[in-house]
Amino acid sequence: MTIPGLTNDLQHLLAPVPVWHACVEAADWRAAAIAVRDTGGRLVALWGGAEGVAVCAAYVVADGLVWLELPLPGEQRNYPDLVPCFPVAARMQRAAFELSGIQAEGVKDQRPWLNHGAWPVDYFPLSSGSEAAPIFPDAVLLDYPFVRVEGDGVHEIAVGPVHAGVIEPGHFRFSVVGEKVLRLEQRLGYVHKGIELRMTQLPPLQAHRLAGRVSGDSTVAYAWAYCMALESAGECVISERAASLRALMLERERVANHLGDLGALGNDAAFAFGLAQFSRLREDWLRLSKDAFGHRLMMDCVVPGGVACDIDLTHQERMRQQCDDVAHEVQALHAVYDAHSGLQDRFLTTGRVTPALAAQLGLTGMAGRASGQAWDLRCDHPWAPYEYLQVKMATHRNGDVAARVAVRFDEVLESLRLIRQILSELPAGELRQEVCLPDRASRGAGWVEGWRGEIFVALELAGAASQHRIRRCHLHDPSWQNWPVLEHAIMGNIVPDFPLINKSFNLSYSGQDL
Amino acid sequence: MIWKIVKQIAKNGIRTEPVQIDRDAVQVEAGRIQSEVLAILGQALSIRVVDAGSCNGCELEINALGNPYYNIEGLGIKFVASPRHADLLLVTGPVSLNMATALRRTFDATPEPKLVVAVGDCGCDGGIFGESYASLGPVSSVIPVDVVVPGCPPAPIEILRGILAAVQRRA
Repeated sequence: MTIPGLTNDLQHLLAPVPVWHACVEAADWRAAAIAVRDTGGRLVALWGGAEGVAVCAAYVVADGLVWLELPLPGEQRNYPDLVPCFPVAARMQRAAFELSGIQAEGVKDQRPWLNHGAWPVDYFPLSSGSEAAPIFPDAVLLDYPFVRVEGDGVHEIAVGPVHAGVIEPGHFRFSVVGEKVLRLEQRLGYVHKGIELRMTQLPPLQAHRLAGRVSGDSTVAYAWAYCMALESAGECVISERAASLRALMLERERVANHLGDLGALGNDAAFAFGLAQFSRLREDWLRLSKDAFGHRLMMDCVVPGGVACDIDLTHQERMRQQCDDVAHEVQALHAVYDAHSGLQDRFLTTGRVTPALAAQLGLTGMAGRASGQAWDLRCDHPWAPYEYLQVKMATHRNGDVAARVAVRFDEVLESLRLIRQILSELPAGELRQEVCLPDRASRGAGWVEGWRGEIFVALELAGAASQHRIRRCHLHDPSWQNWPVLEHAIMGNIVPDFPLINKSFNLSYSGQDL
Repeated sequence: MIWKIVKQIAKNGIRTEPVQIDRDAVQVEAGRIQSEVLAILGQALSIRVVDAGSCNGCELEINALGNPYYNIEGLGIKFVASPRHADLLLVTGPVSLNMATALRRTFDATPEPKLVVAVGDCGCDGGIFGESYASLGPVSSVIPVDVVVPGCPPAPIEILRGILAAVQRRA
């Protein structure tokens, strides 16, 4: 496993997914990015390393994931800008500056992203040490210089941060002519609550609970990714049974979210019948999760070394039965959605992201698959138990709301098949293994295909001399990739279609705000 | 087309009917809450939801109140799009510093008499996020709170009970 232009060796990290790490020099930093781009790779994440003395990037290449680290010695706090290679780096670089005090060289857009004035611009939470973490109660929020669109008849519509529905907060600034949207600019960061600093204050064996609350709708995916990173650092291999139960929960999470979205998408196109039907199915689904695992969203069910609870035969049988029932109903509802001309009129060609644009901007996950980005970690680098499950990837090339609806329908049915198969071949084994934290400083990585897209966790642990403290834990949500694409998806559409388009992506605010 | 829709509706029937024991209890309670809301307010209850920094877990469960099982609109309770139309604020937290101003302004824009229900462990006491350079912790650190609903996230019926508790308190 090599990257052209990289002189240093890549170190393989022990993990169920193929992950490598390497320290690079400044000259190699940009060369590696160019090599990854030219060979069809993607930038997954960019963040400041422990204590703000390094910048890190995670790339996906054909063979797996590569975590590159560029140390910033002495007083140096600059690193070569990655935006020319990967536009998606822009917001991540802005966030890395505010949190870790490291700045990409020569970037044009230096507007603050996560810090709305809540903390002083010269305070960098992740590089100042976690012991004496200050609080700034007298913070005054700052105005944000949105890009203005000028011209005859252009006006702005400002929405948020408190939104009309029951959703997370964020600000959307639309520049419109009549009903047509010329430009959308997002301002996020409203729910930034210092998760990554908090991570460094928690014992590693308890931090999975916080990881599972980065984005509540993806709690299983985050908890699994964090635990995978911790187990990777501690060289712990979980049992086959624990892996199968994690996958069972991950697929149940995927189905729950897709059911909720399919209903909400019908509702946003004024088809309340869809919401009533799908929200009923979702409620049944969550209640069985509660009965089987003790929590409706399955929070804290994935724990370091395995899972918190087993599933008994009664619940296995109920789940099988539920899969049959839900598959039957979803197929019936799919037929209704497809045949409903009013619904299809709203869905088709709305919020279109072409495969070319999706590739250029790095659209990922479920939304990416609806725009021809045929990439699913469960298929491309299947880890236990996905290697024997043989996940069939759902893709579409139209990239509109209809395509994102179609991919969801396909993924629900595929996940139901996976759940049935997992239950029929549930292996024996320990539920939970002890994770021994290494005496020396170590690092680990976790990478999981959640329902929205890939969740990546990079973990740096201190050694025994520092009580195995978490030096740094970066938690990456696929929403970082997809939010900027939403700004493009809405262009040329009408304002009333925005809620529909937004819902068809259903991105996480909390996951990107951290 | 319409035939398919009608068939689907007819097949599933009205789910607000009790189906099993625990659901029965939930439905009985929902009915009691409705009559109490109507008795106390003599009208519908309008709620404005504010996410002041949550992980979105609480939002999922608040949304679930709208499904046919809880049928919150059938209870005379509805979520409204503006605080100016609201009797009650349902706030999830912890309150991020970036949201504190928006939360205060939402509270100020809500007409008197108003009620505030803080939902979830984070809204109650900051939860796992606590207080930091970016988080103020509980909702009560920013606006006065009438009732707290602990849980991570609390189940929909717990949220409904919290709403009623707040309404009763002002009765």
